[in-house]
Amino acid sequence: MGSNSSRRRNGRIPKLAVWKFASCDGCQLSLLDLEDELLELADRVEVAYFLEASRAVIKGPYDISLVEGSITTPDDANRIKKVRSVSRYLISIGACATAGGIQALRNFKDVKEFASIVYAKPEYITTLERSTPISEHVKVDLELHGCPVNKYHLLEAISSLLNGKRPNIPSYSVCMECKRAGNVCIMVADGIPCMGPVTRAGCNAICPSYRRGCYSCFGPSESANIASLSKRFMELGVDKGSIVRMFRMFNAYAQQFKEIERLVSI
Amino acid sequence: MKEGDLYKRREEKREEKEEGKVREGANEGKDYDVGDGSNSNSSNSNSNSNSNSKADAYDDRSKVRRLKVDYLARVEGEGAMYIRIVDGKVRDVKLKIYEPPRFFEAFLIGRRFSEAPDITARICGICPVAYQMSSSYAMEYAARVRVEGMIRLLRRLIYCGEWIESHALHLFMLHLPDFLGYDSAIAMARDHGDIVRQGLKVKKVGNRLISLIAGREVHPINVRVGGFYRAVKEDELYAMLDELEDARDVMISMLRWLSKLNFPEFEREYEFVSLRHEDEYPILEGRIVSSKGLDIEVEEFEDHIVEEQIEYSNALHARLKGRGSYIVGPMARYNLNYDRLNPMVKSITREVGLEHPCSNPFKSILVRGVEILYAIVEAITLIKRYKMPSESFIDVSPRSAVGYGCTEAPRGILYHRYSIDGDGIITDAKIVPPTSQNQKSIEEDLYHLAGRYANLPDDELVWRCEQAIRNYDPCISCATHFLKAKIERL
Repeated sequence: MGSNSSRRRNGRIPKLAVWKFASCDGCQLSLLDLEDELLELADRVEVAYFLEASRAVIKGPYDISLVEGSITTPDDANRIKKVRSVSRYLISIGACATAGGIQALRNFKDVKEFASIVYAKPEYITTLERSTPISEHVKVDLELHGCPVNKYHLLEAISSLLNGKRPNIPSYSVCMECKRAGNVCIMVADGIPCMGPVTRAGCNAICPSYRRGCYSCFGPSESANIASLSKRFMELGVDKGSIVRMFRMFNAYAQQFKEIERLVSI
Repeated sequence: MKEGDLYKRREEKREEKEEGKVREGANEGKDYDVGDGSNSNSSNSNSNSNSNSKADAYDDRSKVRRLKVDYLARVEGEGAMYIRIVDGKVRDVKLKIYEPPRFFEAFLIGRRFSEAPDITARICGICPVAYQMSSSYAMEYAARVRVEGMIRLLRRLIYCGEWIESHALHLFMLHLPDFLGYDSAIAMARDHGDIVRQGLKVKKVGNRLISLIAGREVHPINVRVGGFYRAVKEDELYAMLDELEDARDVMISMLRWLSKLNFPEFEREYEFVSLRHEDEYPILEGRIVSSKGLDIEVEEFEDHIVEEQIEYSNALHARLKGRGSYIVGPMARYNLNYDRLNPMVKSITREVGLEHPCSNPFKSILVRGVEILYAIVEAITLIKRYKMPSESFIDVSPRSAVGYGCTEAPRGILYHRYSIDGDGIITDAKIVPPTSQNQKSIEEDLYHLAGRYANLPDDELVWRCEQAIRNYDPCISCATHFLKAKIERL
């Protein structure tokens, strides 16, 4: 994690803040899951705001803000602007923060009807109609994808920023990782529908390694050809409704995935 | 600075206006939760305090003392605490949950039954295995399928992993700093580096076990209705034995050390509720029993337990019909299933002087330690018995039915109910997480604790109350996942 000279700016230890919006806490937990690196990391950065881990709050501004969760309430839409204003680098972490998360499934429903299914008095609900990624509200310096985020991506991002280098985070598809893992393609060999070809790498192709089709928890890869993959799924006997459901998971509201209903009906 | 003052004024005005009638509820805590996260400090007269807790100055006219923590730290999710003391008597206690709702129950409707484990796992990043297991059992109940043998063994094993990592996270990183007077485990590590490192080591073993069986520690990918996509090989698991045995020895010495902590004196009469299995310490299955005579099947849960809407919280409060609050989690399991612990673990509890039954919630830290030890020892036993099954899952074909599942999440019983149609599509869903069930009891603890320790200076009393909340390891993300409460704005 960086040399002595580079980790301090003006002789000061950089301040790290971790913010939570609508989420399951799993991405910020990934930071605490860095059991072997956590204490060393805490030596290199000042953990200035991280409520899940500490009741101490050190005043901003912060050098690095990690933002977990999506924006779902009017208050949070304001709060993220304030977070941005006190952050030098803002990194959104995980599928909620980068794509709206599983709770963005509401974005595809008629909100009024949806609310009246759940609530006796839907008029009292103070929630936004859509669950949206952080980048729809403020400028984001780096997005780390995944549901959950890969904890080593967090480490790579933080240490790169401390050292003034560009983080090495892949944007190619899971297929690349899957080949490197030495897996036989489960779609080609066994006809298991797999979203790996359109999904961003970062998980080390764990699903195919456990003989399961990728379910795209890292969201769309660069230049994902969704129409072509959907066609292949249909050839494998997957009906259109099921294909739509496959894309309507944790990254349902990602730019390339949200049109899935239109794409399968072409 | 100005902003903080503004918020403070708004808050005080509101309190003068009403005696706890209708509040802005959930958003009250959020008023402070802005920008750089230090506004509540800047509004705090005691500005050298670096925590977000706030004990308001006495109000001379009425001798009203208000204690509040606008955003609770070292809990999973977003919550706040508010206590109002008038003339030395506790008048009002609120544990507020303002975590935004995510509507899981609504979007589960229309999904296939087989998707429930992956979707509900996302309610909580700390105990995803619990959600995967309760939902799988519910779907199998609906389909009249029973999972036995080595697949069931693997389920119990991965669940042991989750107990170890979740309990170790709470014990060492979130709860222990309260006992030693630190704001965080990171701060604590400067003086007690060895303890923190040992704790991280134990936590890592739990995470390793989950990752090995199911791909990764947060939202594991290998669990499905009926079993697993792929069953691990024996030798993959045997490789864990050394680490587990190390962790077992670490936990035994940690328990000896933990037993010397200073536990605040505090006992109440609780009703403890947990699963009870015919011969196992309960994790996956059992009847739901209590220390006051409840003894029901899982599908009778909703006949005996009701949930109430509370206006100031985004989570429902559960209570036993005609009886009131109850406690789920490690203390309940320990008290109701002590006889199911193995002899070695029992002898350690005697050695460290942990009484049975135990009704001091501050000792939950020890009970969690005992359960970590149990889970490690159980994992070792299970691994030694494991033979890789030829089929890693049982085929589950859906039928139109209602399914119930209840397993012991690290924080207590997690109840799921689903209605499924003939095509396997979910038509209704209900999930009751442990933290909703404990919420009422947490408030009652705060009520009694604040009364009993009212002579403490404000900052100490606030901290002790925070500690009392953390006794329950509340998981606020879980409690709010499906909110049916309403927020009234005036």
